[in-house]
Amino acid sequence: MLSRVADSIYWLNRYVERAENVARFVDVNLNLLLDSPVGVQQQWRPLIVTTGDLALFTEKYGEFNSDNVIHFLTFDKDYPNSIVSCLQRARENARSIREVISSEMWEQINAFYLMVTEASQDSSSLIELSSFFAEVKMASHLFAGVMDGTMSHNEGWHFGQIGRLLERADKVTRILDVKYFILLPSVHDVGSTLDELQWIALLKSASAYEMYRKRQHRISPQEVAQFLILEREFPRSLQFCLLQAERSLHQITGCTPGMWTDPVERHLGKLRSELDFITMDEIMEVGIHEFLDSVQARLNQLGKVIFESFFSFKLTA
Amino acid sequence: MQFSQYDPGDFYDELFNEDGAPRAAAKFLVERIDALSIEELTRRQQVAQNSLFKLGVTFNVYSDSQGTERIFPFDVIPRIISSSEWDELAAGLKQRIQALNLFIDDIYHDQKIIKDGVIPAHIIESSPGYLKPCVGLNPPNGIWCHITGTDLVRDRDGEWYVLEDNMRCPSGVSYVLENRRVMKSTFPQLFNSTAIKPVDDYASQLLETLMNLAPSGLPDPTVVVLTPGIYNSAYFEHSFLAQQMGVELVEGRDLMISDGYLQMKTTKGLKRVDVIYRRIDDDFIDPLEFRPDSMLGVPGLMQVYREGRVAIANSLGTGVADDKVVYAYVPEMIKYYLGEEQKLANVPTYLCWEDDQLAYVLDNLDKLVVKSANESGGYGMLVGPHSTPEQREEFATRIKAQPRNYIAQPTLNLSRVPTLIDQSFEGCHVDLRPYILYGKEVYINPGGLTRVALKRGSLVVNSSQGGGSKDTWVVQNEE
Repeated sequence: MLSRVADSIYWLNRYVERAENVARFVDVNLNLLLDSPVGVQQQWRPLIVTTGDLALFTEKYGEFNSDNVIHFLTFDKDYPNSIVSCLQRARENARSIREVISSEMWEQINAFYLMVTEASQDSSSLIELSSFFAEVKMASHLFAGVMDGTMSHNEGWHFGQIGRLLERADKVTRILDVKYFILLPSVHDVGSTLDELQWIALLKSASAYEMYRKRQHRISPQEVAQFLILEREFPRSLQFCLLQAERSLHQITGCTPGMWTDPVERHLGKLRSELDFITMDEIMEVGIHEFLDSVQARLNQLGKVIFESFFSFKLTA
Repeated sequence: MQFSQYDPGDFYDELFNEDGAPRAAAKFLVERIDALSIEELTRRQQVAQNSLFKLGVTFNVYSDSQGTERIFPFDVIPRIISSSEWDELAAGLKQRIQALNLFIDDIYHDQKIIKDGVIPAHIIESSPGYLKPCVGLNPPNGIWCHITGTDLVRDRDGEWYVLEDNMRCPSGVSYVLENRRVMKSTFPQLFNSTAIKPVDDYASQLLETLMNLAPSGLPDPTVVVLTPGIYNSAYFEHSFLAQQMGVELVEGRDLMISDGYLQMKTTKGLKRVDVIYRRIDDDFIDPLEFRPDSMLGVPGLMQVYREGRVAIANSLGTGVADDKVVYAYVPEMIKYYLGEEQKLANVPTYLCWEDDQLAYVLDNLDKLVVKSANESGGYGMLVGPHSTPEQREEFATRIKAQPRNYIAQPTLNLSRVPTLIDQSFEGCHVDLRPYILYGKEVYINPGGLTRVALKRGSLVVNSSQGGGSKDTWVVQNEE
């Protein structure tokens, strides 16, 4: 398939997934606030820190209050990773490959885009916001489902899968990281009810609460981290995303799983197999935040290698 | 009861006779619509519009900020043509395409038509569509214009006239196909009970035409549609046609010349391309031979084309026939190449480069339509009866400065079709663009795009100027 087309379908899926995860981010914070004791200061800074776009935010907005942060992440057209920008770019990519994707996918992305742009023109209250984020999540699920059910699971589809899964892998590490930056009122609160409530809110924002309960029963920080990083069966865990992305990658290249012929297979395979054999104790030894940070760096690197191997065409003699 | 208040006015109405009775071919439609309430009809119109919008059947407007898409307004009252009338039109179009193709082939080779004094050499040489790099080209089977969208209009007396031939990259056929799909769900009973000629085989016919151009001996040639990209006004159509034919939609940056062939860049390396359906203008196709600043084309493509290693539809150089001065000679071409009289008339055309005709044009600017010879889309045009003295003054100056670049035609009273506007019917002016494919044989898609001027009294039907569209039904005559 055309390199440009593969690139577009990969980014189409990344942007849709990104929009969904931004909604999850903001939603987790909104949930945390609702559970915070009266008098505790609202914390919005961690959200911006974990996006990695701190400088951009402070330059434009300065103050970390809910209005500023929510506007920045949701409706700011100048911020390339806001929900509205993601949808705009997702749609642009879809438009350039309409003949490759199914009409149903196009209709869904179009409807999704219209829903978000319409919402961006309303000034919303808190309650409307949380239903807006629910809608964004659902629209993204619909898109993934429509794509799964209406498009041939061909090369293009697999590129789309890789885009979605790598984006999700990156974002789950960031959602987990939000908790690292959120300060408890005092050290005594570690392990307190408030702490547990925050962990529950975090699980919920990854749609992981119920599935976690079935598996672990008790809420403990280490178990939650383990679930979101290493759980092989939960579709929003880091390891699940890597396993599935690797499967799609080998479908594209035709190379036997476990082997590699190009750098993408090597990078992805290496990261995935490390996670196969790592334990939570080892992760804690490095520090969860540091570990997540290094995973993010390697996912970025992987993205670059994918671009070089498949999308930027170089003539080899 | 719906149409009882409709006034066909002092125009040729496509659905009604002068005495207000429905034309034979339109009777079934008028009866059906009369049986619906205006609310029901308006509701169906809305459903149809929504369905087109949801599918993204849109066009981009250049003057708008980048990437603004608009829906091409759609009206649910179709235009009807009886099959006997259609057959005559089709015969006229076929004759015209064949003559024009012979003309293009001739002027890029021996120029017999110039040597025999039928067309002056300076007209051809001064035409911006006449491309020197195309001299001596031999496109497969001698066919240059594979896809044509001829603009036809009907005057008050009911006569058909050809307004333009559009031999380069005519657009709009996607609306024909999409409008029909929507109409089938809007009036399913009518399609069940009446013989309306289907249009759906266009994509198959187009693919067949394109595959026939491939260098012989290739069992499964690679065909692509070449688009300037998503900001082009007709991008929807490019994408739609590629999808309907199941071929790749490519941009210039997806292509390169390698090993003497045109190749596209894929995730698995280079892949050879055999046939291009190009939807970019000649000037942009190869920066090495045409506009050097073009980013849309492929450097070196022209040479590969000349060597016959890739086929291009339409061929390069066909734009010379879109020059409105050249257009004026089509009746002579038909005589010259085919030895026949034209079956489908040209609009009488005054050529401003001829002194006596120039004088007449300048004296009658308030009655004539003046057109720039090489612009399209309703730009660069003066509609005399609707113009102000200042505008006429301005055009007179322009014409005198460059008489070769202007032609004038009498103002035609375009025929009308009732159109649903604000819950009532109004007669709106229409034109017709049938789509013609010239492959092994000439294929004409039955019907074509009916464009309608939605502004009251307006004669301009272009989508960029507030026009809309209607479905066109070719209906079998009752024996």
